[in-house]
Amino acid sequence: MTQLADSVFRSLSDPTRRGLLERLTRHGEQTVWMLTRHSGVSQPAVSKHLGVLKRAGLVHLRHTGRETRYSAHPQGLAPLIDWLNAYATFWNDRFDRLESLLKGMEP
Amino acid sequence: MNAEATSRTLVIERELPHPPEKVWRALTDSALISQWLLQNDFQPSVGHQFKFRAPPMPQWNGIVDCEVLELEQHRRLAYSWNVGPDAAQGIRTVVTWTLTRTPGGVLLRMEQSGFRADQDANYKGASYGWQRFMAGLERVLSQPV
Repeated sequence: MTQLADSVFRSLSDPTRRGLLERLTRHGEQTVWMLTRHSGVSQPAVSKHLGVLKRAGLVHLRHTGRETRYSAHPQGLAPLIDWLNAYATFWNDRFDRLESLLKGMEP
Repeated sequence: MNAEATSRTLVIERELPHPPEKVWRALTDSALISQWLLQNDFQPSVGHQFKFRAPPMPQWNGIVDCEVLELEQHRRLAYSWNVGPDAAQGIRTVVTWTLTRTPGGVLLRMEQSGFRADQDANYKGASYGWQRFMAGLERVLSQPV
């Protein structure tokens, strides 16, 4: 697994963070306050989770006056997709090897 | 050959000009498995826990922890495919092999389900399980960004 995919997986391993990202994906840009209201955890906790998502490249933030608005950044999921593609390559390669092995095996 | 990657499952299918019984041997005999897949201590017995060993990499010690989940001779084999110390930091998947007899041999299908259905049990009380999240993710990815 690449380091980036690892960071995406880790950041999404927490249910609260998955919830936050899903909410941002569905409802567009949100403030921490709006997110906190729906999350069931405290505002500092939400801020901390958003920090993890931001470092993993999954959310963007924008400052407007005194508010910070967060939005989903789906392109940040690319490493996860790359990781799945790497597995596809792995299995295709193993299928090739299996075919070679079968050719040489007793019936 | 057909490879399809989605965020929840990876499916690879190939028709092989060999009888299912022979392909089954290659899938369930430890020595044969190591010749095409990875070194292993597999045993064809439901509940058997085993490891695949790949060359270690910078982010990974190369070990895949597995358990035989389903075994239906010449037809179906499933094992867990777990990488990493726990569900929170690692990958929990299931690899399922299905053999379907065809006029010319066998259609071999490998399905690696990205995240186990029972994984949500690891997140008791969680409002968003992996399955649901990944389903949502597929919708997101199918939209233009």
